[in-house]
Amino acid sequence: MKLIAAMSGGVDSAVAAARARESGHEVIGVHLALSKNPKKYRSGARGCCTIEDSHDARRAADVIGIPFYIWDMSDEFHDKVVENFLSEYAAGNTPNPCLRCNEKIKFAAVLDRAKAMGFDGVVTGHYAQVRDRDGQRSLYRAIDSGKDQSYVLAVLDQDQINGAHFPLGDTTKENVRLEAKSRGLSVALKPDSHDICFVPSGDNAGWLRERLGSQVGDIVDEVGNKLGEHKGAYTFTIGQRRGLALSVPEKTGEPRYVLRVEPANNRVVVGAKAGLAIHEISGWNPIWCGPRPIGRNRGFVQVRAHGSPHPCQYSLEGSGPVPELKAIVDEPIHGLATGQAMVIYDGDRVVGSATITGTK
Amino acid sequence: MPQVYFDHASTTPISPVALESYIEQSRLVGNASSLHSYGRLARKRVEESRESLASLIDCHSSEIIFTSSGTEANNLAIKGIFWHRATEDPKRNLILISTFEHHAVLDPALWLGETGQAQIEMIKVSKDGYIDLEQMEEVVKARHEQIALISVMHSNNEVGTIQPIEKIAKLADAYQIPLHSDAVQSLGKVKLSFKGLGLFAMTVSAHKVGGPIGVAALVLRKGVDITPLIHGGGQERDIRSGTINPAGIASFISATASAMRDMESNYQKIFSLRQKLISTIQEQVSDVKLNSPLSGEILPGIANIEFPATESDSLLLLFDAEGIACSTGSACSAGVQEASHVLLAMGRSEVQARGSLRFSLGIGNSESEIEYLEVCIKRVVDRARAAYRG
Repeated sequence: MKLIAAMSGGVDSAVAAARARESGHEVIGVHLALSKNPKKYRSGARGCCTIEDSHDARRAADVIGIPFYIWDMSDEFHDKVVENFLSEYAAGNTPNPCLRCNEKIKFAAVLDRAKAMGFDGVVTGHYAQVRDRDGQRSLYRAIDSGKDQSYVLAVLDQDQINGAHFPLGDTTKENVRLEAKSRGLSVALKPDSHDICFVPSGDNAGWLRERLGSQVGDIVDEVGNKLGEHKGAYTFTIGQRRGLALSVPEKTGEPRYVLRVEPANNRVVVGAKAGLAIHEISGWNPIWCGPRPIGRNRGFVQVRAHGSPHPCQYSLEGSGPVPELKAIVDEPIHGLATGQAMVIYDGDRVVGSATITGTK
Repeated sequence: MPQVYFDHASTTPISPVALESYIEQSRLVGNASSLHSYGRLARKRVEESRESLASLIDCHSSEIIFTSSGTEANNLAIKGIFWHRATEDPKRNLILISTFEHHAVLDPALWLGETGQAQIEMIKVSKDGYIDLEQMEEVVKARHEQIALISVMHSNNEVGTIQPIEKIAKLADAYQIPLHSDAVQSLGKVKLSFKGLGLFAMTVSAHKVGGPIGVAALVLRKGVDITPLIHGGGQERDIRSGTINPAGIASFISATASAMRDMESNYQKIFSLRQKLISTIQEQVSDVKLNSPLSGEILPGIANIEFPATESDSLLLLFDAEGIACSTGSACSAGVQEASHVLLAMGRSEVQARGSLRFSLGIGNSESEIEYLEVCIKRVVDRARAAYRG
């Protein structure tokens, strides 16, 4: 096959490209420039869009012995990931930009461009597996559960999965680093990227305030008593405990958590942990990584990138072209932010996902 | 798969005589600044080369300052002449350049502007790629007392147009304004006379003419004072410091001599290949548009062509996969493709500039290579169009 290897300049994508090449594919390395001004988004060495990273990716491609190019995806990234991130926060949700990037950039804009240019698919260094199941390519968790990234890939539909290649899904991170070293890749010991690649300082709240503006609002309890003030409701996430700076202490001394974010009236509602208990989750825009499930099914729902899977019963509710995905969990989940993805698993297989819109 | 090199304007293969000369000189030990016999021998070779180059480009040998690159020579000319002239008379704070200079001229000038040391006035160019002499004349007449320096390239590296340097020199001369010209693309390809052009300063470089990468020269008219950029030994007329590079210099001059000896026949051969390349591309892709003039005052081998509804980086990747090397405009330090400032200066839109490719031919190219391109080009352009993001 002819494959485009998306190379961030990190160790994972370098080893993934090397493995794809070694297994006989014709591979071309591509570094995605996600910012018009690479220094603007991140100046450290931990991100995925600095000049340093593009040089590391180029050097890795040289060592592997594949051609290397840079693709400017900055417009797409800005429109579909950064803008979405801002508007979701402004609406009181907590978006996951890595998930959007996979859905709209790596396995859409990049995969589409690759296919148009005569390539068969895209290789990335994600920790996930694509295996055949009943003659169809299906998405599974990686064997390294600590690194598993199937959650942020659960937005890929069958077509996208057909074009996706994840050579690292059967290997632990530790072994990937060892392999990088033995392959002579200088990125073998490069630290993992963290946080959000386009937030240079890692200060998410500050970055949002700069762009969405500061607006003082109230922090209230469940019955509406004012307990403190904040500088912008959108910087809070449901389940958040730290950084509330409440002026009225809780009599019982129990910690308080963000229960709701109300962007319309710029209000943050806090309360005891019990108020966070969720029994039912619903989400819109379900995406199926394989066949669309029918009826009520048993499975697991995961609601955070590195969260635990919760046993549940899931089903599609409502008629019409865009049904709602509903999951009823066996045991309550605490602190669940709208805007995050609910990902349904059948054992290790990813069934599909939806963006969380409501909880009960 | 055939390997076809159509990127001679970025660098051209080292010529056999230049390689031989480089190897021969590299075998000898000796720092050209040393006083013993080894040093004297190295110095002798350097000075012989300097004299040869002087006779080839019609200047005095003492006017040649060897540098490590054309970029260094351009920086030395722009900053060095500006600083000296501004020190002599602080009123002289203006630099005139064309809008489509190479970055090696553009960036030092803009840097002087950004740091508040100079004002920069950019003279526009026509859609065909020639400087607007009328605007140049207006600005020179109106602001001559303020002008520290004018710099206009001898020929443009992306579209191949040769600029009317003699006319600009006459204008500058009337007001005793120093004129510098970046002649890196012209050396060895077209007639180039430092005296004949009436220049104060001129940049030439080895690797565009069949010499090695890493050696170039600034030709600086006798009596023109300049502020050095690099200090530490003063090896080149106290203007440029750094150990002299005898092998590079000898090889540079061998390449230049060889290119100039065969200049007319090379011009004809390369020019006719270029015309064949253009007609082949036009036949295969009917809606292409030429950014370079088809004929006239141009270099023999540069053809800049717009492929509508494509992005040049897709074309480059797909051509590269077919074994054909050509080039897009410039890329930023992270390698992100940018619309060519040359094409934008020539009035092309961002979209047009982003869909344009430069093919630059050299003496090593052949008709069969163009025939090979004929076989691949439709496939390449079709795929690039399918991948076009609009």
